[in-house]
Amino acid sequence: MGVPASEVTTKAGVLSHASGKSAKYGEMASKAATLAVPKGMKLKAPNEFTVVRKSKKNVEGKKIVTGKPLFGLDYRTDGMLIAMIQHPPAFGMKLKSFDASQTLKMPGIKDVFSLKLYQDGFEQGGFDTRTFNDLLVVVGKTTWEVMNARKKLVAQWEPAGDTKDTMMGRGGKREVTVPGGLETTSTQLEKMQELARKPAQQLRKDGDPETAFKNAAQIIERTYNAPFLAHNCMEPMNFFAHVTDEKALLVGPLQAPGWVEPTLSKLLNLPADKIDIQMTRMGGGFGRRAYGQYLYEAALISKQAKAPVKLIYTREDDMTYGIYRPMYTATYRAALDANKNLIGFHVKGGGIPEHAIHANRFPAGAVDNYLAEGWEIPSNITIGAFRAPRSNFNAAAEQSFLDEVAEAMGKDPIEFRLELLKRAKENPVGKNNEYDADRYAGVLTLVRDKSGWNKPGNEKYHRGVAAYFCHNSYAAHVVDMVTRDGSPYVERVFSAMDCGIVVNPDAARNMVQGAVVDGIGNAFYGALTHKNGAAEQSNFHNYRIIRHNEAPQKIEVHFVENDIDPTGLGEPPFPPVFGAVANALYKTTGKRQYNQPFEPELEKRI
Amino acid sequence: MATYNLKVNGKIRQVNVDPSTPMLWVLRDHLDMPGTKYGCGIAQCGACTVHLDGMAVRSCQLPVSVVGKQAITTIEGLSATGDHPVQKAWLEHDVAQCGYCQAGQIMSATSLLKTNPKPSDAEIDAAMSGNICRCGTYLRIKEAIHSAAKK
Repeated sequence: MGVPASEVTTKAGVLSHASGKSAKYGEMASKAATLAVPKGMKLKAPNEFTVVRKSKKNVEGKKIVTGKPLFGLDYRTDGMLIAMIQHPPAFGMKLKSFDASQTLKMPGIKDVFSLKLYQDGFEQGGFDTRTFNDLLVVVGKTTWEVMNARKKLVAQWEPAGDTKDTMMGRGGKREVTVPGGLETTSTQLEKMQELARKPAQQLRKDGDPETAFKNAAQIIERTYNAPFLAHNCMEPMNFFAHVTDEKALLVGPLQAPGWVEPTLSKLLNLPADKIDIQMTRMGGGFGRRAYGQYLYEAALISKQAKAPVKLIYTREDDMTYGIYRPMYTATYRAALDANKNLIGFHVKGGGIPEHAIHANRFPAGAVDNYLAEGWEIPSNITIGAFRAPRSNFNAAAEQSFLDEVAEAMGKDPIEFRLELLKRAKENPVGKNNEYDADRYAGVLTLVRDKSGWNKPGNEKYHRGVAAYFCHNSYAAHVVDMVTRDGSPYVERVFSAMDCGIVVNPDAARNMVQGAVVDGIGNAFYGALTHKNGAAEQSNFHNYRIIRHNEAPQKIEVHFVENDIDPTGLGEPPFPPVFGAVANALYKTTGKRQYNQPFEPELEKRI
Repeated sequence: MATYNLKVNGKIRQVNVDPSTPMLWVLRDHLDMPGTKYGCGIAQCGACTVHLDGMAVRSCQLPVSVVGKQAITTIEGLSATGDHPVQKAWLEHDVAQCGYCQAGQIMSATSLLKTNPKPSDAEIDAAMSGNICRCGTYLRIKEAIHSAAKK
């Protein structure tokens, strides 16, 4: 603008000068990028914020309620073909041969072919999880035609045997052997019980837990189990690809395009500047769309078909493909002395194919004698991040266990946790404790006060509490349960969150309410099981998702007010819901819940 | 293949498709109206809800051959400018998270309000339980339906 920088003021994205000259940030951005970042700048104080902390509505709200094409599945171009992949009927199987003669006779069908996702020894990126490597592909004009023609494929499948992945990712290059075999849930559970009895990898040790347990007047030991979970994004996986010898255009729902570009560049033998990845609105992500194999598949199919193609997973394809939340177990032990003081704490967790233990999280730091251990069982059932990875199991198991320990000690569950947190703050045990005891206690006291915990007026409810720290934020819930038509029902929930500065308060409340509903649903119903390698659930008729009538009538969300930099909110409210539901179920039914999902066991009992 | 003259959002639209083709795919693939969503294909999630002569139906289970002269209304045709009271209530309550299921939710809600202008919570639960929202926006959907009922 040709005026001294010190005389320029800024407001609402505009630079202004007393002379009347002005420019928008966008006009200056390219030039600004050439300047060195100035040191010692004083940022705007939180009390001067004009946009942050004011509720803003969804910018695409109008398009959503009027059905405008926003999502990957809605994207289309002239001449675009539809592709579907027939994947093996079970994990641990691969394509042997196929006969497409009947499929090719079906109307609208252009081509049927097989191709490999990764060639042998291909260096996969950290999120390049591969479930099935041999793709049997049907390409045609319309979705319905391809769906029907695919049913006419005659394919022979054979055991895949042990396979090798070369993974790059964090920690550098490593060879991973994926075991062959057809896995069954009941056998997996037996295997987990067997591994749980064997020595495991020590993850953290404070004090002398062995002696504490030897001298204990009382030991409480409980084991918790949870199944694989499918993400079940409402919009199934899909991607548009138009790949030619010169360039590639990819359009679709994806969480992290930067993670897929290097692999795509290698797969297509095209430099990154010839690859254009465009992101559409995602019909749900929950971690699933961090894994871009469906984008690679679409690209390879387009290249082979020499046409713009949209790869579509049916709901059945989506649910049975893998990349699930892992299957978990954990055994917790607490040692109490004769005066019912907690003198030792031990957690030993395992999983298929990885355990969930966060060794440096609460109650580490609050107990003198502490031991955390982990073990893992490799599997060909693929797993991936699922809303608050690992925490989504820990918060269920650990928060149920702490409830039981508090009861054995004759203490109120909230006061018991606050006492431990006081200890962790004033005289922390060990090093590397990952949480801030004050903020943890802050959400517990907030939810205690807002819910009227132990206060009259709530006698109608069986109340369960849980709190957890993950993704740099703190969450606590009080779940109020009643018996409705003979079944436990969460009628009301109070939530307290500390995620620092709340950027968009109403959207934040929506996010927390959704996480509470999601947590209740997955705690009661979520499960993906296997028989001889095949997923036993394939669509919403046998994979139960929480519905309108099962959601609470009220979810009251409260935020701790502070000026700390904002942290995660999509994930943190989710994990402790499981624990709070489990603890409320105990109050409702008189029995503790150790196995997720809860609903089938409740039914057995009635 | 057969030719059908369908009444969609007040206009006659001609398509030449296999008689078994569900209306969901006729709308999305043949009429370029992707507002109606695919979620499960087996009438379990409600994402594909449209109105058939004013009644909410799952278009994934509605073969084009049985539609005949019945009028189909989709989310694109619910109102001319997106100002149907239910659409406005959805915006007022900022219901959507990912938004994928909301077209189906809105079509179920408008159908409910047509037959029951002042539904109770229990009646909303009963009418809306065929529509899954994976993001868990059920409480806001209920609030929005109550708001729209007042208008």
